Amino acid sequence: MTVAAAFFYLFSCVCVASAFMVIASRNPVHSVLFLILAFVNAAGLFILMGAEFLAMILVVVYVGAVAVLFLFVVMMLDVDFAELRQGFLQYLPVGALIGVIFLIELVLVVGSMAIDPELVKTPVAAIPPVSEMTNTAALGQVLYTRYLYFFQASGLVLLVAMIGAIVLTLRHKPGVRRQDVAQQVARTRDTAIEVRKVPFREGV
Amino acid sequence: MEWLTTVAIILGKSLLLLVALLVFIAYILYADRKVWAAVQLRRGPNVVGPWGLLQSFADLLKFVLKEPVIPAGANKGLFLLAPLVTCVLALAAWAVIPVADGWAIADINVGILYIFAISSLGVYGVLMGGWASNSKYPFLGALRSAAQMVSYEVSIGFVIITVLLCVGSLNLTEIVRAQEVRGLATMLGVPWLTVLNWYWLPLFPMFVIFFISALAETNRPPFDLPEAESELVAGFMVEYASTPYLLFMLGEYVAIMTMCSLTTILFLGGWTAPVALPPFTWIPGVVWFVVKVCFVFFMFAMVKAMVPRYRYDQLMRLGWKVFLPLSLAAVIIVAAVLQVTGWVPAS
Repeated sequence: MTVAAAFFYLFSCVCVASAFMVIASRNPVHSVLFLILAFVNAAGLFILMGAEFLAMILVVVYVGAVAVLFLFVVMMLDVDFAELRQGFLQYLPVGALIGVIFLIELVLVVGSMAIDPELVKTPVAAIPPVSEMTNTAALGQVLYTRYLYFFQASGLVLLVAMIGAIVLTLRHKPGVRRQDVAQQVARTRDTAIEVRKVPFREGV
Repeated sequence: MEWLTTVAIILGKSLLLLVALLVFIAYILYADRKVWAAVQLRRGPNVVGPWGLLQSFADLLKFVLKEPVIPAGANKGLFLLAPLVTCVLALAAWAVIPVADGWAIADINVGILYIFAISSLGVYGVLMGGWASNSKYPFLGALRSAAQMVSYEVSIGFVIITVLLCVGSLNLTEIVRAQEVRGLATMLGVPWLTVLNWYWLPLFPMFVIFFISALAETNRPPFDLPEAESELVAGFMVEYASTPYLLFMLGEYVAIMTMCSLTTILFLGGWTAPVALPPFTWIPGVVWFVVKVCFVFFMFAMVKAMVPRYRYDQLMRLGWKVFLPLSLAAVIIVAAVLQVTGWVPAS
């Protein structure tokens, strides 16, 4: 138990510290790298809670794909730091408002647990004990039976977003040469070679 | 005190695996160069030690003794962190790989996901190295590599899902055991012919897609665009010398070994003997595992020697327009076949 507690404090301290460094570091590339550190530590916390599937998915999706795209974009940006600092006061009220909303929500969540501890103990479906079922199987059973329609609907929303992004960015410029593999493969001897009889001493 | 012995045992196992793996990789490197040389009718390394067998160790000494050069304009911390990240992440994947029945250091429930997660982190070493060098060729190499590795992960993920559908578990040991006890051979009434049980035969198209994606994921030729020496000098590692370079190189080969053993576990039955009859079953499982890994690596080496490098747009086309639809369709087909025939594994 003490080992688990030690790891919990290690992961959460590093997580909070790196989350702070995300907004505190001057270089945006460092910010993204600290964000990745925060993600990985959050995955460590999930493992401590026994949610190994969520931990791995967090690393695969957020660290392995989303953060790579972040890093990709941030590296290529030519960021002017002086210009970034200028807008700070302008955006402060909006940022502060969102921060206050998050704070109130956090207080409400923690407060509701403190007022009525039974609230968190009444899940919609019975949670199977860890010894009987791996949490991958448990998640699958809940998502694909009880919440199947919601799950499919959220998938559809993501599909619409993906198609929208493709529609917005896909444009065919005229005058660009593209490789058409089907056309290349479909070439036959007749379409590729022309045999000509060259008259002697006259040329083509 | 009990947990202290547990920790000591785990440390001992890890150290043993690490040493065995590194020595194995020294000879895999040598084999890679020898195969390449043989295809091109050269001799390959043959000076250090008998038949050049000590070449890799000589290279190690040379790299360690050279002076590490850090460019003046580089971001020092990240520049040195990048090779470490590559090497440590590549080695970390080996914590869950079962080299024989019960011989994994950590036999976790989500083993295959863990390897997938760790191998998807490998791109950070490349990106950090390319960016921190503060130089044009490394940066271009890093950008190419990031796009390439992210693209091929998608199809690797779908191929893994098809195997998982047949197994019904994310545990690597379970995946091998499933290929040992049930499959095509059992259905044909010859359960001792385990070689037919392995998934390479029923999932042959997936095996091919996985093999090619593994080449791309580990930046092996013909997909070695991040370090294409004819156009980018050496890609993201241009500015690296001595030990940091050695770590990049080591990380790359460890990742290749991981991919080879993952192919072995998913499609070639891991540590199981091809025929479950006496002369074959006398040989310990770890030997079979190493033999299969060597076979897969031999294919890696032959591809390197024979196939010319892809162009960048062809590489992207292959990943997104060929492999992704094919593997996505395969997931649906395999799931449908399992459901209709009632072969779904009991969980």
